[in-house]
Amino acid sequence: MTDLDEYRSRARAWLAERTADLPPDPGLAECRAFMADLYDAGYVGITWPVEYGGRGLTAAEERAFQQAAADLPLPVGVFGIGLGMCGPTLLSLGTEEQKRRYVRPLLRGEEIWCQMFSEPGAGSDVASLQTRAVRDGDHWVVDGQKVWTSVARQADLGLLIARTDPDVPKHQGITMFVVDMHDPGVDVRPLRDMTGESHFNEVFFTGVRVPAENVVGEVDGGWSAAVTTLLHERVSIGMGAARTERPASFAALRTAARERGLLGEPGVRDLLLDLYLRERAFDLLNARMSQEVRAGIQPGARGSVSKLLLADLTMAGADLASEILGPECLTGDGPIARALAWAPGMALGGGTNEIMRNIIGDRVLGLPREPQVDRNIPYKALKVGTQAKEDGR
Amino acid sequence: MRLIPTEEQRDLAAAVRSFLADRAPMSRVREIAESADEPYDRAVWARMSSELGLAGLAVPAEHGGSGAGFGEVAAVLEELGAALTPVPYLSAAVAASLLVALDAKDLLPGVAAGETVAVVAPPGEEPPVGRLVDRGEWVLEGAVEPVPDGPSADLLLVVASTGDGRRGVFAVAPDAPGLTVTPLASFDTTRPQARLGLRGVPARPLGAPDAGAAVDRALDVAAVLLAAEQLGGMRRCLDAIVEYAKLRVQFGRYVGSFQGVKHRLADMHCVLEQAESIVRYAVWAADEAPDELPEAAALAASFMGRAYFQVANDHLLLHGGIGFTWEHDAHLYYKRAKADELMLGAPRVHRARLAAVLGLT
Repeated sequence: MTDLDEYRSRARAWLAERTADLPPDPGLAECRAFMADLYDAGYVGITWPVEYGGRGLTAAEERAFQQAAADLPLPVGVFGIGLGMCGPTLLSLGTEEQKRRYVRPLLRGEEIWCQMFSEPGAGSDVASLQTRAVRDGDHWVVDGQKVWTSVARQADLGLLIARTDPDVPKHQGITMFVVDMHDPGVDVRPLRDMTGESHFNEVFFTGVRVPAENVVGEVDGGWSAAVTTLLHERVSIGMGAARTERPASFAALRTAARERGLLGEPGVRDLLLDLYLRERAFDLLNARMSQEVRAGIQPGARGSVSKLLLADLTMAGADLASEILGPECLTGDGPIARALAWAPGMALGGGTNEIMRNIIGDRVLGLPREPQVDRNIPYKALKVGTQAKEDGR
Repeated sequence: MRLIPTEEQRDLAAAVRSFLADRAPMSRVREIAESADEPYDRAVWARMSSELGLAGLAVPAEHGGSGAGFGEVAAVLEELGAALTPVPYLSAAVAASLLVALDAKDLLPGVAAGETVAVVAPPGEEPPVGRLVDRGEWVLEGAVEPVPDGPSADLLLVVASTGDGRRGVFAVAPDAPGLTVTPLASFDTTRPQARLGLRGVPARPLGAPDAGAAVDRALDVAAVLLAAEQLGGMRRCLDAIVEYAKLRVQFGRYVGSFQGVKHRLADMHCVLEQAESIVRYAVWAADEAPDELPEAAALAASFMGRAYFQVANDHLLLHGGIGFTWEHDAHLYYKRAKADELMLGAPRVHRARLAAVLGLT
């Protein structure tokens, strides 16, 4: 037995014991307690630096832990934004003080994080954001609105990007901050999406005072920080999907078609084959990219390939499910109705399909960028979003 | 499951790539493709076999080969597919794997050394018939058309029905009495085709009269190796059109900056990423997981034929009018992609097989 095998079986044993008496739908307090125990046992921040609370081990141990946890539904979803996006951003851009202050509580689940980039007027073009942060002594004062913010209701802290200099072109006048989500000027409102549920939130800022030491990276240098965070997001959406269950998988739909005696229909057979090809190609691509990561090849912008293919796969599966199951799949709030309602979200969240294609073209293939008419114009002179801009913004 | 090439495979691919760039540039490819009496590039073949030792790559060492795997053969084929090199390497690799399966000890050394170009005549819907005649000897009757690389063959491996639904593999010399090998005009001029006419051709059975299992496996191997060659061609097409989109200016802009072009190139890249993943898996299955090979081969064949033709077609179209000229190389890839798509049966054939493997019946 190698050290890794031993590490994996120790993790498996620990997880089996700790998850045995978890309730099926654990509340926030139970999630936090679980995360604290998981951290204390050494299984959070496995590859993160020891001086900030990580374990300082290698990707091999991380992988061994993932394997041990593969079939267990760990109640850690609410910590995902912090672990996948905010934490890595702080590690690469944060000050020494910030790293010492924030990383350990993030890993232990003592502080939940959210990420606030998108705005109603700044979707694909996040850099045109309108939320303002104005310097006032040793604070910044934030006013504005963010949208599509996951876990904002549970979050203790958030990464925010806001406009700090409207007199320079849009990419140059943005700064990233750590914001206290419990500040009375922060108003979180659930956003009901087309599934009927509230997976996301709107966040309103009114005169929120943020200490100057909460700036992440350079003042007016927030755009490159945000790009780093978003790369982490796409990789985690695309590659994370390998483990989520799919109600409209090829295997499930093959069974459904067989039960209904539809496999003899050439049209159904053809559509099932198309779904199979799509699904196998997606799964194999993710497996290959994971192997590349372990071999030291970072996916970078290729995460956009995975994310784009996942959006197509999600829609194709839900669509074919409806073809096979017929109108009864749309009644009674069943899994296919939910999958159909969720599918557009996959093609929009984390960047639309069109933006993914731009990223693949620009950053993977190195194609010339589109002429950007707003590139060298001061932000305050730009048209932004769909709304009339106030003077001076 | 291994989905990334080993360092040795990457080194091998790089060596083949630089050899081909040096010895078989596109001008040489065209010279052979347009020649009436040179079915393949004998000079390149000879150096590939002798200096680089590629002909016997997957033949066990005791039969004169290097005892490597399909992963290495696939690495070579990717480069040959990218360069459209007119050599019968794919056919010979498939034939070698069939000969290994049939334990044809006396034939393998010549094949492994590249001195004998062996080619499998793929069984179509009406395969030739093998008959046992006097003194325990076999003769073949019928025809096979088209046989890829048929005009290049020093040794033909003919799959013939031997009665009661059985199939045998027969070794036939190109100058055997009663055999006619007629070169055919080939849509893909970089891969010659022939028609075999068989009238009482004396033939030597390899292995048992029922070699069906070995034939099925050889066809799966053929699909996987063809997929590797297609992957190389597809990648070269995408590289070429991406380069062009960075150089060509219209309306005062590089054409690659237009979303109408950029998004299609992005989609082509997505197809390439899927294709590479499928090919790596199928090659791994051919080497390491024989149980998974039938599904992996049907997956690769069902995906790659359409995918390569789609990328080759878009690559031609995105060049604009220049892509429709004889001088430009785009049509060579387009024709190769179409010929490859049909070589082992049209996509519907592979999809039907995939459906059967997946229980969609």
